[in-house]
Amino acid sequence: MIEGILIGLQTALSFKNLMMVMIGCFSGTIIGMLPGLGPMTAIALMIPITYGFDPSTGLILMAGVYYGAVFGGSTSSILINAPGVPGTVATSFDGYPMAQQGKAGKALAIAAYSSFAGGTISAIFLLIAAPSLSLVSLSFRSPDYFGLMILGLTAVAAFSSKGNFLKAMMMVVLGLMLASVGQDTLSDIPRFTFDNMNLSDGISFVLVVMATFAMSEALTIIFKANDPTKAAKQISLSQLGSIKLDKDETKKMVTTIPRSSVLGFIIGVLPGAGATIASFLAYGMERNFVNDEEKQKFGKGSVNGIAAPETANNAACSGSFVPLLTLGIPGSGTTAVMLGALLGFGIQPGPRLYQTNPEIFWSVIMSMYIGMVVLLILNLPLIPYIARVLATPRTFLIPLILFFSLTGVYLMSFNNFDIYMMIGIAVVATVLRLYDFPMPPLILAFVLGGLMEENLRRSLLISDGSWSFMWDRPLTIAIMLTIIFIVGWQIYKSFKLIKKH
Amino acid sequence: MKISPSKLISLLFFIFSGYYLYTAYQIQVFAFDENAPFNAKTFPIYLGFAGLVFSALYIILPEANPTDVDLKVLDYKKTIGLVILMILYGLTILRAGYFLSTSIFLVVSYIILGERKWIWIFILSFPFVAIFMYLLHGLLNIYLRDPFLKYIGIMG
Repeated sequence: MIEGILIGLQTALSFKNLMMVMIGCFSGTIIGMLPGLGPMTAIALMIPITYGFDPSTGLILMAGVYYGAVFGGSTSSILINAPGVPGTVATSFDGYPMAQQGKAGKALAIAAYSSFAGGTISAIFLLIAAPSLSLVSLSFRSPDYFGLMILGLTAVAAFSSKGNFLKAMMMVVLGLMLASVGQDTLSDIPRFTFDNMNLSDGISFVLVVMATFAMSEALTIIFKANDPTKAAKQISLSQLGSIKLDKDETKKMVTTIPRSSVLGFIIGVLPGAGATIASFLAYGMERNFVNDEEKQKFGKGSVNGIAAPETANNAACSGSFVPLLTLGIPGSGTTAVMLGALLGFGIQPGPRLYQTNPEIFWSVIMSMYIGMVVLLILNLPLIPYIARVLATPRTFLIPLILFFSLTGVYLMSFNNFDIYMMIGIAVVATVLRLYDFPMPPLILAFVLGGLMEENLRRSLLISDGSWSFMWDRPLTIAIMLTIIFIVGWQIYKSFKLIKKH
Repeated sequence: MKISPSKLISLLFFIFSGYYLYTAYQIQVFAFDENAPFNAKTFPIYLGFAGLVFSALYIILPEANPTDVDLKVLDYKKTIGLVILMILYGLTILRAGYFLSTSIFLVVSYIILGERKWIWIFILSFPFVAIFMYLLHGLLNIYLRDPFLKYIGIMG
């Protein structure tokens, strides 16, 4: 393990990779800061560029973008009360009131230090948990993997559905349907290609991600006509105040950070939950832990109220890499995008990744930590300047997002069929988003589609066509029971909502 | 009877799933694979049924959390304008080349969205695309076929 860590450290600390972490964190911060554009969009926009690099460098760049986007999201939450990322919504509860009191610099510093501490503690957890879980996951068989994938899909659907579980499940099925287009992996029989050569290789992952996130987000911003740059004028970006913290504020953070880190990491490891749930839970937990006097400050610019969600959302980001790196199953939409990129590099993440490609496994973990340092040293002092991005008029911003999306897809295939398909998918996605049909379950299902079919095929062939593989082993039974619990809970919640209405 | 837009979308998804299922049954598998426990059409068939079940449930059951969208505030003109522009971009990119079509796409999209700062419109179109193309060629070694630049003698 020590040898692996050293290899990873060596790879991550090479000049090229250090530059990639910096570029990733910097561009991620800028993209994440823009309301409506989250880590998924940021990573999606980077994918075509990463294919020009080796897998380690590409992944390091994406990990940097991921952390940068989460950090950028908290900046727009604090400065303009418009979270760029759902995971930073809870930060705005106290960050924005503090900024309104003329202490925006302080709020940003608390967010940055908490993010750094949360990320650091969880990176250590990841260092310990990932190899041990890799060993455990070697005992997983096809039925368990199939079950885990269904669990991941139902969990993501449950958490992103906003009370509309059936809508999310329809998106899961649509994602799997899109993934089934193209030649069957085993028999090479064409499926749903309609004799079109452009479809025989299936629909490109980059195309679907760009269409459902970057492009449809840009179209939604125009369609809904709610100008985020108008909100940007609410706070003067030139008067951020000091970023120095006093003794009392530091003391408060010291007690908040450890508990929020642990909570964030655990939530991040669980499939589907991710940074958003982690930040809300940490905010709620912190409110219960503090004394009555401090409780009154919540919602009015509390230090604990900013530190808790910021620590937890960064810890959850690291946590979400555990199932991706050890099981090859992403637990969130963002890590699903990263899995797609990994598969594009020809790398199959899973229990053997850290034995077969230790430099990739460890360099990603190491670069996460380096990313945290970069965010703290580079981005925090630059915030007053980076924040000016918030003033970019959408008249320039939207066409540039469309330009990067169209170029990204054109560079993959050099034909215009993909451009038309991307526009079609983006238009459908825009309408679906308008009516709260969530996109993360669709992306996760699209990425997992091929793997799911492969594992189901193996399971059914081994059990000679019988579905008994679902209850043959205790592990599979446990996974299936968890799925039943999630689905049952969602049905119960839906009926409760129907009754209320 | 008024049907909610979400239910209408679910109805369309129900029809789509039905068509998907029909197409899944039409997939030609090898004769020796016909009665195998799993072949090329097994998974798509399950998906087709799943799509039918979920969409049917959404149509039949009362909505738990109905989505209310004020259709009057939506900006159809600009959105449709941008979509048509992207389609035109797809039509011209192979004939006119990347540089010219992308630069014109950017100029027109800025104008559609109401931008009138001509200096910035120019900077963020022709020179911007030229720099981007140079980065693609110089840094990432990605060659972009461009008939226009070839015609005027800039590219080989």
